[in-house]
Amino acid sequence: MNTAAVQDYSGASTGAPVYELTHVSKTYARNQVVALQDVSLTLRKGSFTSVIGSSGCGKSTLLKIMAGLIPPSKGRVILQGEPVKGSRRDIGMMFQQATLFPWKTAVENIVLPIEIRDGKPAAKKALEKAYELLDIVGLKGFENVYPNELSGGMAQRASICRMLITEPAVLLLDEPFSALDELSRDMMNMELQRICREQDATAFLVTHSIQEAVILSDEIVVMKPRPGRIAEVIKVDLPRPRTLDMMTTPKFGEIVDQIRGMLDKGEDM
Amino acid sequence: MTDLQANSSSSLDTEQDTVWEQEIAFIDSVPRWIAMTFVFLVFIGTWQLVTSFGLVSPIILPTPLETLKDMIFVGQNLATGGYMLGALWITIQEVIYGFALAIVIGFSLGVLVGETAFGEKAVMPYLVAIDTMPKVAFAPLFVAWLGFGIESKVALAAFIATFPIVVGTAAGLHAADENARMLFKTMGASRMQTLIKMKLPMGLPQIFTGLKIGAVGVMAGAITGEFLGGGKGFGELIRVAASQLNTPRVFSLILYLSVVGLALYLMVQWTQRKVVFWQKESVGSYDA
Repeated sequence: MNTAAVQDYSGASTGAPVYELTHVSKTYARNQVVALQDVSLTLRKGSFTSVIGSSGCGKSTLLKIMAGLIPPSKGRVILQGEPVKGSRRDIGMMFQQATLFPWKTAVENIVLPIEIRDGKPAAKKALEKAYELLDIVGLKGFENVYPNELSGGMAQRASICRMLITEPAVLLLDEPFSALDELSRDMMNMELQRICREQDATAFLVTHSIQEAVILSDEIVVMKPRPGRIAEVIKVDLPRPRTLDMMTTPKFGEIVDQIRGMLDKGEDM
Repeated sequence: MTDLQANSSSSLDTEQDTVWEQEIAFIDSVPRWIAMTFVFLVFIGTWQLVTSFGLVSPIILPTPLETLKDMIFVGQNLATGGYMLGALWITIQEVIYGFALAIVIGFSLGVLVGETAFGEKAVMPYLVAIDTMPKVAFAPLFVAWLGFGIESKVALAAFIATFPIVVGTAAGLHAADENARMLFKTMGASRMQTLIKMKLPMGLPQIFTGLKIGAVGVMAGAITGEFLGGGKGFGELIRVAASQLNTPRVFSLILYLSVVGLALYLMVQWTQRKVVFWQKESVGSYDA
């Protein structure tokens, strides 16, 4: 381990709190299902947190509440000192599908969040920045291409740009690369790490993949279903920047095994 | 592994490429133009046989040649601006006005039903109820309300064409997936923005499917209206020719009428290709 990397990691764990969730619960009124029970969580500036758990553990519900898409039944959600009530400009979101709109070119898709919030003239001014972002994710030359002509991985790169165009303070990632093949997925994860470090972004990733969670995160939130709740928060003290060959180290294997053990127990309940 | 090696060295010539032809049945390998010509010739041939053996009275079924002669006659009348052109123009007007009306009403109702919970709960059941009725049966009502002029035909044509457009628009507005909706929500989009910038463009394929079905219906509505409500259109010419047992004329009038219907359909399809440029496949089919 080199010292710079160690400093990087400790910096992430002591940064100022960006997201603060206190005793957040969600009960769906329709069938009285407790989707989320008493979740408290703090995300610090520049940290990368993953949430992992079997289906029905409430991780999607948690993400939707954090994004201000649905209200919690109980508890508080504070982002950058302001309570989250509805959509927020300082949140960037990404889904499993790239969800690019086929009638817009790559850059037009990327400036869409600006167009929605500030109108067409503002979106036009943001084009320059969209070009830069496309360059960053390796899509230079594809600015005016329609999504039909992009591969799955390229489309997700473009949707990363769309997420970043408003310079959000936090990135909420809902299994963003799970539809990609394993090779592209590894590459995109490294790309994501690089972007997060460059932008000093706070990231929150929902995933099914233990390996993906371990290679990217500072902290992993393991959730259990029925009712959805936090079982354990695991710190990942692998040095940064992470590289793909760390996946073969004993330390990496240990953490993966530890999490897999917890998930198995969760499944039995 | 050893098995394979033994096999290849003993019985097979390993130097040769394993290029082989996939079998395609003869019926699947015929080029389109030959196939189409073939079916056409079989059709005409059967027709000719039936008439030349006197199996059917010439009043009921004229010979292909007689029909062709009449088509040329009608064609000349149309080309020289005869009375038939006037009649055709009236029918075309009915179709255009009827279609325009159906688009305006159908699209508005479709947005109401597809976008609002109120529309879906309170309006859709009534629309479904009316849609299941035989709409042609309303023709006498339209004549009674709007008279024997072009208006009653426009009304019937629009009435028939409205429903597929409503259904297409409503279905189109439901086409947007969960992710797209969430994305727009996270961008802080208003309801109107979500409708105009996402749901409507996303639903264009379904909307155009509705328009295409409507384009077929509007033609049927106009002609039915003319059969039942008189007037001076092409339908009236057909009705008169039929009553005079002038079967070749009926055939040729139908043919020219179908050209109008086809033109309308192709116009909608052409617009779809231009507007929904990202939709590559199944443009020509109903199940878009």
